[in-house]
Amino acid sequence: MLFELSEVSLARGNRRVLDSVSAEVPAGATAIVGPSGAGKSTLLRLFNRLADPDAGTISYRDRLLTEYDPLVLRREVSLVPQLPALLEGTVESNLRYAADLADKQLDSARCLGLAGLDPDFAGRDVAKLSVGEQQRAMLARALAQQPKVLLLDEPTSALDHAARDAIEATLAELRRELEISIVLVSHDPEQARRLSDWVVRLEEGRAIEAAPVEEVL
Amino acid sequence: MSTSIHLSPGQVAASLALVVLAAAISFWQRADLERDIGIATVRSFIQLTAIGYAIKLIFEADTLWLVFGLLAVMVLFGALTARARAKKVPGAFWPLLIALAVAGVTTLGLVVALGVFEPTARYLVPVGGMVIGNAMTASAVALNRLGDEMAESRGKIEATLALGATAQEAAAPTVRRALRSGMIALIDSTKTTGVIFFPGTMVGMLLAGANPTDAVRLQLILLYALLGSVAIAGLVATGLAYRNFFTPAQQLREPGA
Ligand SMILES: Nc1ncnc2c1ncn2[C@@H]1O[C@H](COP(=O)(O)OP(=O)(O)OP(=O)(O)O)[C@@H](O)[C@H]1O
Ligand SMILES: [Mg+2]
Repeated sequence: MLFELSEVSLARGNRRVLDSVSAEVPAGATAIVGPSGAGKSTLLRLFNRLADPDAGTISYRDRLLTEYDPLVLRREVSLVPQLPALLEGTVESNLRYAADLADKQLDSARCLGLAGLDPDFAGRDVAKLSVGEQQRAMLARALAQQPKVLLLDEPTSALDHAARDAIEATLAELRRELEISIVLVSHDPEQARRLSDWVVRLEEGRAIEAAPVEEVL
Repeated sequence: MSTSIHLSPGQVAASLALVVLAAAISFWQRADLERDIGIATVRSFIQLTAIGYAIKLIFEADTLWLVFGLLAVMVLFGALTARARAKKVPGAFWPLLIALAVAGVTTLGLVVALGVFEPTARYLVPVGGMVIGNAMTASAVALNRLGDEMAESRGKIEATLALGATAQEAAAPTVRRALRSGMIALIDSTKTTGVIFFPGTMVGMLLAGANPTDAVRLQLILLYALLGSVAIAGLVATGLAYRNFFTPAQQLREPGA
């Protein structure tokens, strides 16, 4: 099992953001769906230990997440957050930063291409990118680390159909050719159906379903 | 210093007219600072009067232990004061206390070791006071900025942590900006000193009738010592304080948690 959650709870202030969530996330592609505020982003952040639950356990490849060195884990299980947040500088310098952290050779044209960006985006100042371009640069940056698992939080929310289709094609290709597993947060059931073979549905912090995509959607 | 000047309590009282003016401006412009101006005036009067007597005692006793005791009290109060300006930084007291202590010890130690001043109460108390006071202002500004910037840059810092960067790496740009803002005021005033800004010590010495050359030399020594102490204090305060924003697992703590 890629991830296994057991009775995971997390409170913020006096709100139960995740309420005793138990679910399995197999290797391959999983979509986390549910209404806004259901706890999808919060759950995704637990998978690479940007936060820890107050109660319950999460395991990754049959070992508790807490047994991994968080720095090593995060280079292997790469999260692309919902809101783009690039470092000051060029797109290329962001990709280089990520690749260096993971100790990987950087092929920026390839990373940009996979994220649906032209190679000459490399030299662009990140402060002058549109939100959709930033979103794709964030994906390119994650790919520069050559992760084994991609955690994507609404990766196409700011994109038009053409750009969205390009990203979706890339994700399918990454799965097929590099055997990268993908956990994707999406508010769009159609996208979940197109991309994933397993679905976890959250509602008000509870996992109400975790099943193969054809049974749920 | 050949001559010394004598000022009567009446002369001090007369200067209160300017405080009244400041309060009137604040009231008129609704800056809402009248209360703070009042508190500042009363506190400066009480504190300076008290320290005046304390310094008199220390000069007369002329033992270094009393000097160190007084400097330690300054460091403590400096850290408490600076903490009030760094409310958004969790656990700011210890970083500030250590920063002020290190800045004070290093700077005073160096000026004594280099033979600039003799290690006597007459030099160590006023110079120590200036060094610690400037270190306090600089580290308060730096941590204030650090608190604001950490709150503002949460998304960016967390996205950097998500790449497997350490807390130190993820916070580095923020820490750098905080350190800069702590040091910049003194650097700028040092640049313009003598042109559009007359530093207090030199003014004091000139008023007290000292030779201008001596006044200038002493002021230069102090300015350079202050640059050093401000840099040390800012570096130590930011370098220790940023850690409190992170957990041992290199996670950004929830604010208020
Ligand atoms: N730091 C916090 N303090 C208080 N409440 C929080 C905090 N973080 C998240 N929440 C709340 O937790 C709930 C879940 O948030 P989360 O971001 O996981 O939702 P989501 O399912 O990703 O929603 P969306 O689809 O809108 O992105 C929300 O109601 C949010 O207001
Ligand atoms: Mg979300």
